[in-house]
Amino acid sequence: MMDCNIVIAGAAGEGVQTVGEVLADTLSALGYAVFSWQEYESRVRGGQNSVAIRVSEAPVNAPVLEADVLLPLNSGAYQKYVSRLNPGGVLLAAEGYRDPTLVVPFREIATEEVGLAIAANTVAIGALAGVLGIDPEALERVLDRHFQNKGPELIEANRRAARLGHERAASACRLADACPWSFPARDQRYYLTAGTEAIPIGAVRAGCRFIAAYPMSPATGVIKYLAKHGEQLGIFVDQAEDEIAACNMAIGASFAGSRAMTCTSGGGFALMVEAISLAGMTETPLVVLLAQRPGPATGLPTRTAQGDLLFAVHAGHGEFPKAVLAPSGPKEALHAMVRAFNLADRFQVPVIVLSDQFLSDARFSVTDFELDKAVPESFPADPAAVSRYQRYALTPDGISPRLYPGQSEHLVAADSDEHDPDGHITEDLAVMVPAMVAKRRRKGEALQRAMRAPEAYRSEDADELFLSWGSTRGAVREAVDGLRAEGRRLGMIHFSELWPLPEFDWPTGKRLWNVENNAGGQLSSLLARRYRLSVHGSILAGDGLPLTARTIRRIYNEQN
Amino acid sequence: MSRTDRFHSDAEVQWCPGCPNFGILTALKKALSELNQSPRDLCLVSGIGQAAKLPHYLACNFFNGLHGRAIPTALGIQAANPQLTTIVTTGEGDCYGEGGNHLLHALRRNPDLTVLVHNNEIYALTKGQASPTTPVGEVRGLHPQGLDLTPLNFPAIAVLHDAALVARGFAADPEQLKTLLVEAITTPGLALVEVIQPCISWNPHPIAWYRERIRPVPADHDPADKVAALRLLDSPEGRYTVGLLYRGRPRPTYGDRFRSAHGRHPLAELAPPPTAVVDQLLDAFKRS
Ligand SMILES: Cc1ncc(C[n+]2csc(CCOP(=O)(O)OP(=O)(O)O)c2C)c(N)n1
Ligand code: SF4
Repeated sequence: MMDCNIVIAGAAGEGVQTVGEVLADTLSALGYAVFSWQEYESRVRGGQNSVAIRVSEAPVNAPVLEADVLLPLNSGAYQKYVSRLNPGGVLLAAEGYRDPTLVVPFREIATEEVGLAIAANTVAIGALAGVLGIDPEALERVLDRHFQNKGPELIEANRRAARLGHERAASACRLADACPWSFPARDQRYYLTAGTEAIPIGAVRAGCRFIAAYPMSPATGVIKYLAKHGEQLGIFVDQAEDEIAACNMAIGASFAGSRAMTCTSGGGFALMVEAISLAGMTETPLVVLLAQRPGPATGLPTRTAQGDLLFAVHAGHGEFPKAVLAPSGPKEALHAMVRAFNLADRFQVPVIVLSDQFLSDARFSVTDFELDKAVPESFPADPAAVSRYQRYALTPDGISPRLYPGQSEHLVAADSDEHDPDGHITEDLAVMVPAMVAKRRRKGEALQRAMRAPEAYRSEDADELFLSWGSTRGAVREAVDGLRAEGRRLGMIHFSELWPLPEFDWPTGKRLWNVENNAGGQLSSLLARRYRLSVHGSILAGDGLPLTARTIRRIYNEQN
Repeated sequence: MSRTDRFHSDAEVQWCPGCPNFGILTALKKALSELNQSPRDLCLVSGIGQAAKLPHYLACNFFNGLHGRAIPTALGIQAANPQLTTIVTTGEGDCYGEGGNHLLHALRRNPDLTVLVHNNEIYALTKGQASPTTPVGEVRGLHPQGLDLTPLNFPAIAVLHDAALVARGFAADPEQLKTLLVEAITTPGLALVEVIQPCISWNPHPIAWYRERIRPVPADHDPADKVAALRLLDSPEGRYTVGLLYRGRPRPTYGDRFRSAHGRHPLAELAPPPTAVVDQLLDAFKRS
């Protein structure tokens, strides 16, 4: 199967993202499965960042660090990223940083032949297309759209720039006999989308009507998307003064009957924790998207990690039921958002959806979102069926009928103090307090029965299993396949629903490895607690980069 | 049945007998009756403290949430259902201390809320520590040498930021407080009503001490005059001046733009968007 990874690197503000976006769009438009991910420093100008674009016929949706084609936009980028170039890979640059380099002087061509210095990046895009054997017309269509608001002169200049880059690179390729690739148009069309888009669309699908949030990478994209599209869809969007406000606002909106959410990253989530407990106590449905980045404290604002699993599971003082989900890609994230709202509504609990910078920013190829399997369900009570309403009525499964204020004659109360069924403060330690504690526990048990078992991949005949969760799924599957090809009998058990962990029939007699993008092995400690499992070994990273199949295989092989 | 009884609640009142908080409760019930409000259209929101227990003591919808967080919770409720009459009942510790940031930013948003602050100049529920309005020099549990922090003047801050209405009442004068509350509840936008509420358990002064010092807003005070309101609030007598202090110029309220597009019904009544709408959002990610 064709599998090509193109890395573009340069300083922030130098256009790395645009070059990557246009190339990814072009390949996607030609019918290829593109997977692109970026890593960048937490600054607006300078530094060195990269975008990697992996192209194949069928979606792989997993990152690789190693490049088949490397395009550094400056010498610092060359120095930082050249070690990632595969043996036999192509280095395309404006200068001959080493021998061999395919040299296309982007800036000179732009100034002297196009007469437009800022078109240098378009020359570079054209050159990349030349190296990859992409039809220049396909690139032109994407470029035209990219510059559509800039007027006919600029569109024409950029077309010219792309053509010149293409020609120059293609002839250099022929001379060096270095570029084996070609991407003829295919019939297939994939959605090319990131978590940061699929997550808010999932919220729209779920019928979310309110979001309040405070900006924090890598969660900001979610509220940004809804700020742009939400109002016309009838979603109330507010930038809160802080995360404490954001979470309490969402709880207020939810109490008043609206599906409501907030989103943040670790530091902001820490500020929300008291309110998560409030949602638990008042039995108010709440969805919180927690986009992880490496901590502690401010950590690495623009990098990725799976470091907040235990934090999410344990978030909130006192004891109350909550659910924690961790989707693996945009499609799963859209479904997880709908699932989160449905669970929150049905069990009247807070639900935390864990994503991370990698899932937020990487763009995945999706064949079909299968919206027919992501259907919003709500569980409202019927005011006409209630004679004397009690918000916290004691029921067999602990779930009380939920009405919202103003809906009917029935008055609706919510209390953060321990309360009686009417919602009034109680300190009746003999009867009422234990009854309410038991009610919340019953609800937790019902929630646990509703949680989904993990996904098993090639596990039946496996001697060893990788245990993983969340956004590493693509890399872990690829590692399993790669190790199988080396003769190892490996499989994967992957968790997307992490708390409360459901009943699960664990296969016996297999060697278990937890594979996580953190340093402490947080999934393994959850599994030990819930299933009394112990792992044979751990494959852990936590360096701020996404886990790749190659890293997993390397660490696995080092321990064998 | 008297008109105030429509709001009768069976919940056991946890306030000390004789606490002026009862006067505030009476005034609120009277104001609501006078406005012909019914419990179903009313939503009280509070945090934690003695004052914040008030919603339990009258028939209404209510959310008794976290210490300091009544305002954001009320904003969410307002956004989700602007048809409710939403009133925040809070103490100055709750609202100017723990939740001070939220009140500041509520002034920017101008939600259609009445914020009723019981100001007893202490944290009563936690047994009398200094609050953001405790006078300098007072000896308090955590300030055995006397308080050396200056009090906050939130009514002045509210005037400076053009709150829709700023008023002060006296808990021992429920008739006047009722009048102020009627004004506040009917004014669109954020109305801040601070109430001088002597605590008879932890305060150094009896109610009579306050009664001697209380004075009405001067007869010639024009509530539309921002500078005059600020001057009044900044004067030595300002702290005990009661009445209508300020009325801001009308300006858009929280959610106006959204509501002019989508109407004023509860968000709960909107069904999730049809699949075609979601498909359309997703189609933006198909390249051609
Ligand atoms: C997060 C948090 N911190 C502290 C407390 C303890 N606490 C409860 S009420 C209160 C002060 C209340 O003061 P105020 O709002 O003035 O109300 P009062 O009791 O005086 O009416 C404090 C500190 C709490 N409940 N929650
Ligand atoms: S402690 Fe003070 S404020 Fe609280 S109820 Fe008693 S008298 Fe009133």
